[in-house]
Amino acid sequence: MRYVLLLMLLLPALSQADLASATQRFLASESAGEPLQWWLDGADRDMGTEILGHAPGYLRLRYWPVDGGTVWIMDEIGKERPITVGVVVRAGAITRVKVLEYRESRGGEVRYPFFTKQFQGATLHEQQLDRSIDGISGATLSVRAVRNVARLALYLDARVSAGRTP
Amino acid sequence: MMHKPLVVGLTAALLAMPALAAPSTEEMWKIIQQQQEQIRVLQQQLEKQQTQLHETDIKVEATATAVETVSASSSGLDNWAAKTTVGGYAEMHYNNLENQNNVPGKDNDKNEIDFHRFVVFLGHEFNDRLRFFSEIELEHSVAGDDQNGEVELEQAYIEYDLSDTQHATAGLFLVPVGILNETHEPNTFYGVERNNVEKNIIPTTWWEGGVALGGEVVPGVGYDIAVTSGLGLDTDVTGVPATYDYKVRDGRQKVSEAEANALAYTGRLKYTGIAGLELATTVQYQQDIYQDNFIDALGNREDIDAWLYEAHAVYESGPFGLRALIARWDINNDIEQVALGANVQEGWYIEPSWRFSEAVGVFTRYSEWDNQAGAGGNNTRYEEWDVGINYWLHEQVVLKADYQFQNAPKGNDAYDGFNLGIGVSF
Repeated sequence: MRYVLLLMLLLPALSQADLASATQRFLASESAGEPLQWWLDGADRDMGTEILGHAPGYLRLRYWPVDGGTVWIMDEIGKERPITVGVVVRAGAITRVKVLEYRESRGGEVRYPFFTKQFQGATLHEQQLDRSIDGISGATLSVRAVRNVARLALYLDARVSAGRTP
Repeated sequence: MMHKPLVVGLTAALLAMPALAAPSTEEMWKIIQQQQEQIRVLQQQLEKQQTQLHETDIKVEATATAVETVSASSSGLDNWAAKTTVGGYAEMHYNNLENQNNVPGKDNDKNEIDFHRFVVFLGHEFNDRLRFFSEIELEHSVAGDDQNGEVELEQAYIEYDLSDTQHATAGLFLVPVGILNETHEPNTFYGVERNNVEKNIIPTTWWEGGVALGGEVVPGVGYDIAVTSGLGLDTDVTGVPATYDYKVRDGRQKVSEAEANALAYTGRLKYTGIAGLELATTVQYQQDIYQDNFIDALGNREDIDAWLYEAHAVYESGPFGLRALIARWDINNDIEQVALGANVQEGWYIEPSWRFSEAVGVFTRYSEWDNQAGAGGNNTRYEEWDVGINYWLHEQVVLKADYQFQNAPKGNDAYDGFNLGIGVSF
């Protein structure tokens, strides 16, 4: 037991992933343009609260225009720590979901394509996704966080497409 | 350039008014100069307003940033309260069970209401890589001498992230085995009571003190290895004859001044590479489940070592769910000096379920378990059927009802009847 403990203390610490570069790579791979901002009005705030299950913690969100759609990057807390999720929406449907930073110590399977590819083609109907997303055993809260970010991105994309009415 | 249309316009207007005398060139020049002055003033005002608008943009941006910073620091991760997490769960049960093997004159039915578990989690994150987690449980509502309940520390450990995918744990933690041992909040499983296979064979809820490493081998495949305190079955050698416990569940020392003469080594592999699926297997070696206290028939002290093998599958696809688990202890044959067949203790269950909606799901479960399976035959085997319903008032609040049918070995209690439960986690 003593030796196991010693071994653990000696194990080298590997470097943490660089969030900024992960985000940049993600945006570059989608050929995203310069970022724009969407200010949340009262209706957005109400809908955000309904979708996330709590009030959005921001007044405005950055988004990036891409060919035929938008890219959204949001933080949402899974169990205890925020998960950074990027969502690409084209023509009202999700074309890609990517987890850019996962900070919880368990449930990291949400990062993998077998999970995120389930969102491809998903659209929004009455604020719900048009399909069920199979979860990951032991990672219910992380799965819910990613699913809610996807829903909010679809909602906001529709709002941006429709334009702000005075 | 702007003057031209103005001049033309004015000229046209003046020409269109034949009733008035045409102004002289001097008069027109004067009018033009007055107009010119008005335009200059308007231009200045416009420029001033544009500057103000730009300044307002900057102020709004700065305000939004400040508001978001404040809200992030109060709900986020950079103060003590935000780094300390509190949670818990609770479950109350009502059992209305009739013993099928009642001995005449000795009624052993169960008709009771029990606040089975009240649990508080407390955690703190020291930095991005180091955190503490604990779980304190009050079982059966009242603890103390001559009371039914117990206050137990079920988890208290520090966890350190060695990298993005590897972590080390030290302290008192739940043994990585089975489905319910580590995830047992009442809203996460079907049935009022925890299943008897994990309870009597694994034995859930099971925690030990020690160190562990865990993480990811490749995407979708996780591992845990742990070196911990071991089981310690009670022995009473003062009596004649001496008595020894033999059921693995009775060997949980709960890290309470636990004898640490013999350790346990645990390894688990877990596959979660397909959405909705978990496959896992655990192997554990116990050096001596009597902690140096086993004296054999010839009066020699002997180590009773043991292996635990466990495998399970959890699958959820849409409304359909399936849980299946098998666990087996292979124990040094000398334990048969205590109880015939106790060298093998094993069980399994299968539990299909169907969730009609977010709120309602039904299940059935068939279980078998035997703490003396080494003797062969089925006269020491328990069998149980359960069928029931979960009604989720909220994702984390559940009402449960089930009916159970038990077959027990001759002379042992076999309970048939219904159970009701309320479960909450937060």
